[in-house]
Amino acid sequence: MVGTLSFISIMMIPIMITVILLHGTIMKINIYDAFIEGAAEGFKTAVRIMPYLIAIFFAIGIFKSSGALEFFIKLLSPIANLFGIPTEVLPLAIMRPISGSGALGIVKDLIYTYGPDSFIGRVTSIMMGSAETIFYTMAIYFGAVSIKNTRHVLPAALISHFAAILASVAICNFIFT
Amino acid sequence: MMNKLWVFMILAGIVTAFGNQSVELINDVVIQNTQEAVGFAIGLTGIMAVWLGLMNVAEKSGLIKQIGKIMSPFIRILFPEIPKNHPAISAIVMNMAANMFGAGNSATALGLKAMEELQALNPHKERATNAMCMFLVINMSSIQLIPLSVLKIRADAGSANPTEIIGATLVATTISTIVGILSCKILERGE
Repeated sequence: MVGTLSFISIMMIPIMITVILLHGTIMKINIYDAFIEGAAEGFKTAVRIMPYLIAIFFAIGIFKSSGALEFFIKLLSPIANLFGIPTEVLPLAIMRPISGSGALGIVKDLIYTYGPDSFIGRVTSIMMGSAETIFYTMAIYFGAVSIKNTRHVLPAALISHFAAILASVAICNFIFT
Repeated sequence: MMNKLWVFMILAGIVTAFGNQSVELINDVVIQNTQEAVGFAIGLTGIMAVWLGLMNVAEKSGLIKQIGKIMSPFIRILFPEIPKNHPAISAIVMNMAANMFGAGNSATALGLKAMEELQALNPHKERATNAMCMFLVINMSSIQLIPLSVLKIRADAGSANPTEIIGATLVATTISTIVGILSCKILERGE
């Protein structure tokens, strides 16, 4: 089953590439030249997002490795209980918007500690799949077009993230118990 | 908000490091994480170039226009300010397709292309438009159909049924996306 699903996922990009190239062939344009012309822009974009990426990696790196993140998680535990969020998954709920690889590490840890088919294991799995990293995405996307005033994006994204956490716990309660 | 958060994370980190008597950590981070950031941007360059190249092919062949025409009515429900058949529509559609199927880096490349198209429509170049905000919030609420990395961990950990969480994940992610869209619509009015 996992094999079939990854096959479907893997096929998506090759299909998109094939459609673009076939359409270009049918329309008789010079595909190679058009590709090179577009690809040249790739380097400019990478250079443009670099300072934003460095800023965000720098801040998250210090916040994480100093132990401030752990302290912050401990501080938030009572609030988590208030909403019925199991304390065990709180580190994941906080890490998820900050760092994707960090979150994946926590998921591994939780699933191996509590078992993939335990309540915690299931909530962890659902939470990881239903949320996204927020800070990197914002830094890269806005950095690429040099937007400084990000308006309501961060609050809206955090509200949506909070909804994902609550929904993961509620759905797990509803389906698996 | 980003400004305050950024300063807060760094100062909170330095104060905590002082408290834990591990200030030397900060110096390591300064070197290591910034290098990682540069590596990440460079790593993205290749895939950026590939997708920008392919998008240029699709633009010249007229495929972008066609996708824009077909998807206009759907996309413009969420992004009413984007003009009909604008190239931003196809970039958004392709970014969402790549995202749904878990092609993270391709999705990023296409997403940046979409941001550039949206920026072309922006009258105040330093201020995000409603369409940009909506696009990012939808992007960050995760629209991945199959959470492959999670499934792999579950299977490796010996789950009796690793895929049993897919349905529940879809419901949770749909709820969070709807909440994100609604908060976006409500918050954009308050400014």
